[in-house]
Amino acid sequence: MSLFINITLNGVSDGMIFAALALSLVLIFRATRIVNFAQGAMGMMTTFIASTLLNRGLSYWWMFVSVLVIGFVFGALVERVLIRPLQGRSELNPVIVSIGLLVVLEGLAGAIYGNASRGFPAAYSQSGLTVGHTKIAFSHFDVFILVAVLVVMGALLVLFRLTSLGLRMRASAFAGEVSRLLGVRVGLLLTLGWALAGVTGALSGLLVAPTSSFSPYFMDLVLVYAFTAAVIGGLESPVGALIGGLITGLAISYVGGYLGSGLQPVGALVLLIVALMIRPEGIFSRPPSRVV
Amino acid sequence: MLEISDLSVSYGAVRALSSVTLTAEPGAITAILGANGAGKTTLLRTVSGLVKPRSGSVRFDGEEMLGTAVERIARRGVAHVPEGRGVIEELTVEENLRLATLWCIGRRARGAAMAEILELFPALVPLRQRHASTLSGGERQMLVIGRALISKPRLLLLDEPSLGLAPMVTATLMAILRRQTEGSDMTVLLVEQNARSALSVSEHAVVLNLGAVVLSDSAAAVAANDELRHMYLGF
Amino acid sequence: MDTPLTRLGRTVPGHPLARHLGLALGAGAALYFLTSALSPYNDFEVGEIALYVVALSGLSLLTGVNGQISLGHGAFMAVGAYTVALLMNHTGANFVLELLAAVGTSAALGVVIGIPATRLKGPYLAGLTLLLALALPPIADKWSNTFGGDQGLTTTVPTAPGSLNPEEWLCWIQVLGALVTVVLLANLLQSRFGRSFRAVRDNEVAAALAGVHVARTKVLAFSISAGCAGLAGAFLGLSTGVVSTGEFPLTLSIQLLAAMVVGGTGTLVGMVWGAVLLVYLPQWSTSLSNQFGLGTGVNAYLATIIFGAFLIGAMLIAPSGIQGGLRWVWQRARGAMSAAGAATNVQHGVSQGST
Repeated sequence: MSLFINITLNGVSDGMIFAALALSLVLIFRATRIVNFAQGAMGMMTTFIASTLLNRGLSYWWMFVSVLVIGFVFGALVERVLIRPLQGRSELNPVIVSIGLLVVLEGLAGAIYGNASRGFPAAYSQSGLTVGHTKIAFSHFDVFILVAVLVVMGALLVLFRLTSLGLRMRASAFAGEVSRLLGVRVGLLLTLGWALAGVTGALSGLLVAPTSSFSPYFMDLVLVYAFTAAVIGGLESPVGALIGGLITGLAISYVGGYLGSGLQPVGALVLLIVALMIRPEGIFSRPPSRVV
Repeated sequence: MLEISDLSVSYGAVRALSSVTLTAEPGAITAILGANGAGKTTLLRTVSGLVKPRSGSVRFDGEEMLGTAVERIARRGVAHVPEGRGVIEELTVEENLRLATLWCIGRRARGAAMAEILELFPALVPLRQRHASTLSGGERQMLVIGRALISKPRLLLLDEPSLGLAPMVTATLMAILRRQTEGSDMTVLLVEQNARSALSVSEHAVVLNLGAVVLSDSAAAVAANDELRHMYLGF
Repeated sequence: MDTPLTRLGRTVPGHPLARHLGLALGAGAALYFLTSALSPYNDFEVGEIALYVVALSGLSLLTGVNGQISLGHGAFMAVGAYTVALLMNHTGANFVLELLAAVGTSAALGVVIGIPATRLKGPYLAGLTLLLALALPPIADKWSNTFGGDQGLTTTVPTAPGSLNPEEWLCWIQVLGALVTVVLLANLLQSRFGRSFRAVRDNEVAAALAGVHVARTKVLAFSISAGCAGLAGAFLGLSTGVVSTGEFPLTLSIQLLAAMVVGGTGTLVGMVWGAVLLVYLPQWSTSLSNQFGLGTGVNAYLATIIFGAFLIGAMLIAPSGIQGGLRWVWQRARGAMSAAGAATNVQHGVSQGST
């Protein structure tokens, strides 16, 4: 029984990390209708930069803030330089460009930082908390993950639902041309969407790195798990990213705990296929829009 | 006042507008009429900046508009209600209206502006929190015209507002339009295939055929011109 | 579409199959003389180019002609490679049967993935196949007893006849495989299947209304392209002598995509350019990095970076790849020639398919 609880708790904290990266995917999809397959690699890159900052003596929390800012700028840059020129052409081109970017970033990270395996510190202790008399598989760091993702999610919900900026961003995503006719600076807001996605991507990198191999490829699986989470929740829904993340995290955790970690990606594949067959638009999708 | 001179627009090899010249006065509605494909929509889209012309000029109150970005043109006081209405379905009625106020009205005054528009279109009041996708054709048209008017535009461009609407609804809308325009300093370009209802509320009419102006005269004169009406306007 | 190759082909009169066979025989003969003249290492490279032509042709059919994107073709290659390796290690089956088995198993997996894929549009399909590419190798790691774990399984090339040296023999097997594949695919593309593929790519609804069974067509395309990848994977296993999960990382799938795009999506001849790129880019990038004095650690990654850059660049600048560029040049040249007053061939209304 305690194995089940520990596996479940693992699933929750993994799920939160997937939710964080899934949030990036959702942000970009809402803003620009593109799935950014390079989002994980971008988070990997910012984490490598974080590692360098730490090596230079920066404290953890200053590094944390700096990396989020770097993620913001990185996201904006990618949109302006690579994605904007492709506007209006086939919807597959930006996807392929994002794949190319993924590969370029992994290559760059490998070339610059080399193969030496390295560790990455966690914000808090990673040893399990004690509940009653037993140690559970949920550490201070896992609590931090939970809180950080919920805070980010909450902030985004407030942004989208309650602010004028959020209203403009939503309008830009749903109806770009009409929004421009209403004076909305759609281009700027698309860039902002990518920039925010850069922040959540950077965050997820920082959350994953302590428990991973921290090679240039360490975000690959996280990305596809996040993609699965986003598809389950609905590529347009931040709340969906959270729920989808939890579902995916738990599923992966059970597969890993009872069947072996090598089968986790296959488990995700099966989960993704099932989700796409049953409800491809996701749990929290809006009714399909029609043009009148 | 809107002054369009010698405007030519092509989509690739297809000539959409050929040397169009027209003037529209403030405080009056100018109807743009003609059959399908005459270039009426292209004309509006060029004025609002969505389409780049090959040559010509568009001056509003003395300022050249061509070459400016769409959102900047909008912020100069140009409101374009596009073909197909342009309701943002995923937003509520209130959000649709609010969106148009964000750049031009301070937060306090937004409430007042919203109230003003809802007074003009009382049918929208019970629909405020509804998603725009649930609205009927007539309700959508009220929403987009309200959304256009809420920013107190100096130039209002309407593309076939009566499309798909029942005659009663059309008549009501046209009446509201006329009342809003008279005595104001707003210039209105009204593109319509339903020439009859358009002519009944406009002062001036311009008839396009195959991208060129074939007639520009007072609305009354155009309505009285039987031969022209048969040839270009279908009645 | 009129190109030098199709015009050359039309000098052989009659049926498309005869044309394709004729061209293939011609190419085969040319390659025979070429490989006899080349060193064993170059033969090895020619063989590698051939096997990548097989993989890329299948991918080109799937993406260019049928409109379905796949980021997971490395996984299909792995399936083919492991099939051949397992059969070689555990049974004494006939070599050709082993190759066919490789095609069969990967084609079967192609059906398994192809079925859910029928309901997916671009980015969703990309994500699904991406996950496939990442999911398959760990399975082999998990059951390392069967699949040889890190060290993998060894393969053996059947003994060469007579005095032929082994590299030339393997190269010949691979080249033959490539010629057969390309001829079959070229014929397929000109047949009603090819028309169905294109119809589904261009407009699924219209195709369905015209009587095309959309789902079946898409699954068929997936299965065929997976089978091609499987054969290529088997060849790759023979080339390297060992089949292990390290041979099939995610980067392989993406490099296949890049090579296809740069070569010319939807074409078959363009896949030769793509295959050349795949085989030679690592060498070129190594010499490039040596020239600039970047360390050896960089070499492996530089090739990957360049592939990614090509992919981005192609999308931004030249989406129809090298073959598309060549066609553009050819059409300009033709335009100039016919303007000079020579008698012009009337362009046929029927598409010539892609070569």
